[in-house]
Amino acid sequence: MMKRTPSQTVGPYLHLGLTQGIFGAPEIFSPAVADSGLAGMHIRIEGRVLDGEGVGLPDALIETWQADSEGRYAHPADVRPPTANSFRGFGRCPTAKDGSFYIATVKPGCVPGPNGTTQAPHINVSVLARGVLRRLFTRIYFAGDPANAKDPILALVPADRRDTLLAKPDPKAPNVLRIDICLQGMNETVFFDA
Amino acid sequence: MIDVYSRAGNTADPPSLSPDYRSTVLRAPTRPLVIIPQTLSELTGPVYGHSDVGSGEADLTRQHARMPLGERIIVNGHVLDEAGRAVPNTLVEIWQCNAAGRYIHETDQHPAPLDPNFTGAGRVVTDADGHYQFTTIKPGAYPWRNHHNAWRPAHIHLSLFGPSFLTRLVTQMYFPGDPLFPFDPIYNSVTDAKARERMVCRFDMETTKPEWALGYSFDIVLRGPNATPPDSD
Repeated sequence: MMKRTPSQTVGPYLHLGLTQGIFGAPEIFSPAVADSGLAGMHIRIEGRVLDGEGVGLPDALIETWQADSEGRYAHPADVRPPTANSFRGFGRCPTAKDGSFYIATVKPGCVPGPNGTTQAPHINVSVLARGVLRRLFTRIYFAGDPANAKDPILALVPADRRDTLLAKPDPKAPNVLRIDICLQGMNETVFFDA
Repeated sequence: MIDVYSRAGNTADPPSLSPDYRSTVLRAPTRPLVIIPQTLSELTGPVYGHSDVGSGEADLTRQHARMPLGERIIVNGHVLDEAGRAVPNTLVEIWQCNAAGRYIHETDQHPAPLDPNFTGAGRVVTDADGHYQFTTIKPGAYPWRNHHNAWRPAHIHLSLFGPSFLTRLVTQMYFPGDPLFPFDPIYNSVTDAKARERMVCRFDMETTKPEWALGYSFDIVLRGPNATPPDSD
């Protein structure tokens, strides 16, 4: 067995490497995950990454990974036939000075879970930042989705903390969902180890 | 459900809270991680490859009109998994400061000169054998404000995807024999001394090019398969 290379923080200058378009290279990543022409329910997920004092992180970056609107992943490990609405499904957004981020995408479909279960629509999220020594892994689920009740991963989360994983409709903006990622505090987000 | 990916190697990573690195204090989650099975959402992941990256992006010394100042180096190695298998066609993003220890970034206020001929960012995709190589200049040490007289040892940031969501790795590559190692809370956030050494590249005479550049070798090991064999029945 080979031994793993340890993780280290991205540091404060993460944009130089992870959003290279700002520095003159072709940009190959974007918070715009789905083109407007793609079939599906188009949504914009907005939120902030907050520290233990509720201050937004200006030097964080989130990455999102999701299935398409019919629940297919654009990856060889998903052996089901691809759909007409297939897309790459990966988003990357550095936080603004106030810690805010957004992802423009389509709501994913349900995807298979372990032991014949079905997972509710969700987006896998990585959080990278100065002061974050190892990638933090959380998920975004959709408040009010009936499939949440039978989701095998949500079932592993203490009931009083599940709310931290739910993106909720913004009452003032159609098709906008809001979720903050709290690294600490009363509403500390649930982070996973898989 | 049996794990596809090993969990044992996770102990190589630093803990989220490493108080000597002050920025972790308000940013490390305080609640235990919720342990979940590895589902299709984790066993898949973004696929970026040769079509996304130009071949010139691996040479950080040729992005401007002239050569950057500093010691030209060639860094190369293999990306492998814990079973020793090559990880082919995977994206490696790198970034670093210049030879004087300055990043071309609006928040870097270190009073060292920028180099108009050096940006400090590049990308490369591993070949069919998991091999990668980039050409750059050796980064300098630089001060930061973590504690009195705090200096980062010279390092290059590397970001890799690997084959799935679970193989994502961001790390830093250090240079052999750096006298700043004992004083750096980020390097020492990795508590196991042997694991720390796996972040240090090795001088490589085979890669060194006469009259041109020093070579360094750095293999990167991503999370690999679970050693437990699947049920046979």
